[in-house]
Amino acid sequence: MSLEGKNLSFAYRRQGRVLEKLSLTLEPGERVGLTGASGRGKTTLCRLLAGYERPDRGEVLLDGRPLGRWRGLCPVQMIWQHPETAVDPLLRLRDTLSEAGGVEAGLLEALHIQPGWLDRYPAELSGGELQRFCIARALTPGVRYLLCDEMTAMLDPITQAQIWKLLLEQAEGRRLGLLIVSHDSSLLQRLCTRVQTL
Amino acid sequence: MQPVLEVRDLSISFTQYQGGTRRRVLPVIRRLSLTVTAGEVVAVVGSSGSGKSLLAHGILGILPYNSQMEGELIYQGQPLTPQRAARLRGREIALVPQGVTYLDPLMQVGPQLRRGRRDAGARAESRAVLERYGLGRETEERYPFELSGGMARRVLIASAALQAPKLLIADEPTPGLDARAAGRILGHFRELAQEGAGVLLITHDLELALTIAHRVAVFYAGETVEEAFAADFPAGRLRHPYTQALWNALPGNGFTPISGTQPGPGEEGPGCPFAPRCPRRAADCAGDIPLIEAAGGRVRCLHPEGGKTP
Repeated sequence: MSLEGKNLSFAYRRQGRVLEKLSLTLEPGERVGLTGASGRGKTTLCRLLAGYERPDRGEVLLDGRPLGRWRGLCPVQMIWQHPETAVDPLLRLRDTLSEAGGVEAGLLEALHIQPGWLDRYPAELSGGELQRFCIARALTPGVRYLLCDEMTAMLDPITQAQIWKLLLEQAEGRRLGLLIVSHDSSLLQRLCTRVQTL
Repeated sequence: MQPVLEVRDLSISFTQYQGGTRRRVLPVIRRLSLTVTAGEVVAVVGSSGSGKSLLAHGILGILPYNSQMEGELIYQGQPLTPQRAARLRGREIALVPQGVTYLDPLMQVGPQLRRGRRDAGARAESRAVLERYGLGRETEERYPFELSGGMARRVLIASAALQAPKLLIADEPTPGLDARAAGRILGHFRELAQEGAGVLLITHDLELALTIAHRVAVFYAGETVEEAFAADFPAGRLRHPYTQALWNALPGNGFTPISGTQPGPGEEGPGCPFAPRCPRRAADCAGDIPLIEAAGGRVRCLHPEGGKTP
């Protein structure tokens, strides 16, 4: 059962049309790369597919049902470029994780999250360390699609390779569908089953 | 040839108060050394949060009040004192900062470039420099919030280039730009180097740095661990195990990670900060590690790549 964006059109009020009749389908276990110049609407497409925005025209379907009709946890989750803006700066990471419903046993070890990090605040962790928490949070049972928007663009190559290795292991075990947004064509080539250009 | 800038054993630390009264000194940059000669692009590559931006602020003499700087800064053969830096910055030494937030949000681009000069000569200059960077005349009337990320970067470069600097420091000039826009921006830096400026490019993006830099200084946990020629990377002539690991982790190469994380400020043990993650570590890595000359570059390692495995 797939995640489908059908004929999506979207405009921000001041900027004019960003997306025009765009369609994209994501199947479980698939890793689709999304690339294109700045301002082409890559992030906007992610926001539509994850339900943060509603399309002006067209629809987002999950298993053939409009995404907006799913109740409870949204099975489509985003992982953002700047993890420090995606977590509550006033919560210790332990509380951030429990707010998201807690994590499965073993997942923290699998993502190489050290127990000591749980008692820290976001400002006390590096971007790579924080991004692991965002991944752990997004891997709650019930999530089936992950939209990774320039998830490792701010990280050094070693941390980038570490994080992708960990996420791909998890994604394969759970048969998650991944949408991977990046400017880096060699990264997309490395990760994706197919690549779409906006 | 006399280098434009020489940095010798530079250390920068911060004094912090914890819980109100407990004072601690946090070393952020330790023993950083590098040289920049005229006509050359030198990249400082390190992961985000490793304190690279402080290097720029240290050279310009604009570090915050609770910081201390040690070591030597030599500009054009003379010590770069804070007084001298204050005289030269914005003129001979120019900074291209990270983002649009460094522009005055209440001032249009044109007056901002002219810095208070209102004569016809200044107008012609600002128009010419905008044109050089592909920005039309209408850009002069725009406020910073009306610029896209790429345009803002070009305005910042135009502002620096207008002063015909001898030393240009660029701090993370490319994040958020697509490959083509980033390539264009970096091309502008190379051009300024060809016109005789020394360019210091501070970035976390090794791949982009290699496309324009002549030499690369690799930064790990606040130290320079290696100074290499850009050509050393593809040729397999790297010296430090960390640099080699960085190269191997690029998606276009092996995409092979090594385990562990970079220690934060104050978390480093004695000796080499990379030792806990290093495949080549030996017992003596816990001692003091000097920066040594090796194959035309410099490396801070007792058991560099290419040598015998310990």
